[in-house]
Amino acid sequence: MAKSKDGPLNRRRFLKGAAVGAAALVTPAAAGGQQPQTTARGGAVLPSARALAVETEPVSTSVEVLTADHPGSDFMVDVIKSLGFEYIAANPGSSFRALHESIVNYGGNKNPELLTCCHEESSVAMADGYAKVEGKPMAVMAHSTVGLQHASMSVYNAFAGRTPVFIVLGNTIDAAARRPGVEWYHSAQDAAAMVRDYTKWDDLPISLTHFAESAVRAYKIALTPPRGPVVLVADSDLQETPVADLSRLHLPKLTLASPPAGDPIAVAAVARLLVAAENPVILGGTAIRTPEGMQLLVELAETLQAPVAGGKFPSNHPLSGAGQIRDADVILGLDVADLWGTVNNVRDQLERSTEPIAKKGVKLVSITANDLYIKSNYQDFQRYTEVDVAIAADPEATLPSLIDACKRLITADRRRFLDDRGKKLAAAHDRGIEQARTAATYGWDATPISTARLSAELWQAVKDKDWAMVGGAGSRLWNIDKHYQTLGGGGAAAVGSGLPIAVGAALAHRKHGRLAVSIQNDGDFMYAPGALWTAAHHRIPLLSVMHNNRAYHQEVMHIQRMANRHQRGITNAGIGTRIENPNIDFATIARGMGVHGEGPITDPKDLGPALRRAVEVVQRGEPALVDVVTQPR
Amino acid sequence: MNFFILLALASALGAQAPGQAPNAGTAAGTAQATPAGNVENGKKIFAGYGCYECHGYVAQGGGAGPRLAPRPIAFAAFSRYLRRPTAQMPPYTSKVVSDKELADIYAFLQSIPEPPPARSIPQLNNPAR
Repeated sequence: MAKSKDGPLNRRRFLKGAAVGAAALVTPAAAGGQQPQTTARGGAVLPSARALAVETEPVSTSVEVLTADHPGSDFMVDVIKSLGFEYIAANPGSSFRALHESIVNYGGNKNPELLTCCHEESSVAMADGYAKVEGKPMAVMAHSTVGLQHASMSVYNAFAGRTPVFIVLGNTIDAAARRPGVEWYHSAQDAAAMVRDYTKWDDLPISLTHFAESAVRAYKIALTPPRGPVVLVADSDLQETPVADLSRLHLPKLTLASPPAGDPIAVAAVARLLVAAENPVILGGTAIRTPEGMQLLVELAETLQAPVAGGKFPSNHPLSGAGQIRDADVILGLDVADLWGTVNNVRDQLERSTEPIAKKGVKLVSITANDLYIKSNYQDFQRYTEVDVAIAADPEATLPSLIDACKRLITADRRRFLDDRGKKLAAAHDRGIEQARTAATYGWDATPISTARLSAELWQAVKDKDWAMVGGAGSRLWNIDKHYQTLGGGGAAAVGSGLPIAVGAALAHRKHGRLAVSIQNDGDFMYAPGALWTAAHHRIPLLSVMHNNRAYHQEVMHIQRMANRHQRGITNAGIGTRIENPNIDFATIARGMGVHGEGPITDPKDLGPALRRAVEVVQRGEPALVDVVTQPR
Repeated sequence: MNFFILLALASALGAQAPGQAPNAGTAAGTAQATPAGNVENGKKIFAGYGCYECHGYVAQGGGAGPRLAPRPIAFAAFSRYLRRPTAQMPPYTSKVVSDKELADIYAFLQSIPEPPPARSIPQLNNPAR
């Protein structure tokens, strides 16, 4: 609906005019309640300015409009509901106050339900975690300027992880309509500009019809591989201006684009390489989104009897993790963010040097939708990889035709060869499991608690449940056989994103009754711990197990490297990097936010019982945290 | 650091595998070349000089560095690698770690006992099957 600036329902303009009129009539002193009275000659008291105005001004026939049945934000909620959002996460902000109110009242606070967040970084990261599990976006509302600035790290993290996030950004574009002071600080002429380098698309609608069409377009763009975050600016005037008749506005139909599948000729070429290979390796990357995709990856691996490293592949499958890059003659990368870094090694010494891990002559094949979309400024695209075949397509959508093409090429003789290779890989897989089991015994009883012990104790606590990891990773000894049991990686390694991603992912798992488990880093936790309160407030079941090494340990190692390189002060790497003195009591923090908290656990014998108690709490539908003081890595 | 870099590190500095036979490059094979060291001081240095950061407080290894003990590699190889690492490890030159301190660290590594066998640990007893 086109909005008339001159219409009778132009609320702001009306109120603004009324205010100016009053200012002209009332003197500052009168406004302060100390109205001077002037005595006229002869002792009669002259009327005050206010009384004079009342007596002499013509009687106004207009009545100030103070209420509205349906602001534009109601229609925005209709649009948001039409897109099927379950949740909308927000830290409250005045630039979207009308939309906020419309969601909870007009929309009934259901589909979407508003999630109260303590930081915009958490709002977006929660949406990131939710999308990684649910495969569709969560909506986020963010306040203009300062709110989006807070959110920006998580926006970049979602962009690098190719995760769809739908951000509605409040803003007040009409300078004449802004309240003085704060609203000016919290307005921008191009509000989405600051994240444009790392979002797929944004728009600034100037009418409700424009808002509706751009919202549906944004949703479609966010979900078209390569997926990513989008921003839709919701102008505050557009939100707050009443709509005469909601029924006259149209809700556009959403039709998602089917993901692009690989070109058949290129797929056939890849199949020839794979079937002829002596030692192919499949890199799972972030290709798999669905249970069907996981089955397809298994089918490809079994068809070829080729090992799969990384990605969503059953960990106990005989072809899981058994191959070696250095032995491979064909490497197939499926949405591998850093293929170059997987087949090459950079030595981080004073003079950085590189050397290939893969052998000379290896054939590299890449299937990724990332080739379809790339931006310039932020370097998330990683180093250029010299591949032999590049298919710009969605790997999951390409797997069926690739499997078929491979099957057509496999002769009976080749099948025997492949089956023999499969047996060797299965034996290697078993040896790898045994090696991991033996490795876990070293430092088993150590204090601080070894990460292997933590992982083994956690597995014992969850292995008989319908569990899902939403942060950190289990070990090779875990049996991961469902696509939702890991988040699948992806992201910009943004410290501070782990906790809110875990909360958002746990929320997605809640309706499925899954036990969400996160191994939570202490440094990450301290960026925005309020996400744990959000979990308590919204009763999001999440078992958060602290990997509390009392440091930003990656940075400890970096400073150590510099000190060693400079041959001085090698005992000082902890300055500015360790999180101690005082040690943080994470269990107390958790309890302070209404979350079951245990710890710090320092004796490994205490860990198993504490985890089992926490699992019971989570299975009752509440979050729980167990603080485990750990070895650094 | 990716998995494959860790493999390179492990092969360069890592301890011997259980049951691995001593040879000319191992601790047993060059016992006479191993200087005496102070275990307690070695343990202190192992933490204070940052060795624990990648290898863990009891040298068990982990996500950033290989296991160093029990059964550390021969002292000569150990010393050579610390002074001039050929992979990712930062160098520990004689300017920051003396030969005596290296011997103490090595003594600490030698003092670390064998872990219990995996079959004796219920939590590791076929946990994923």
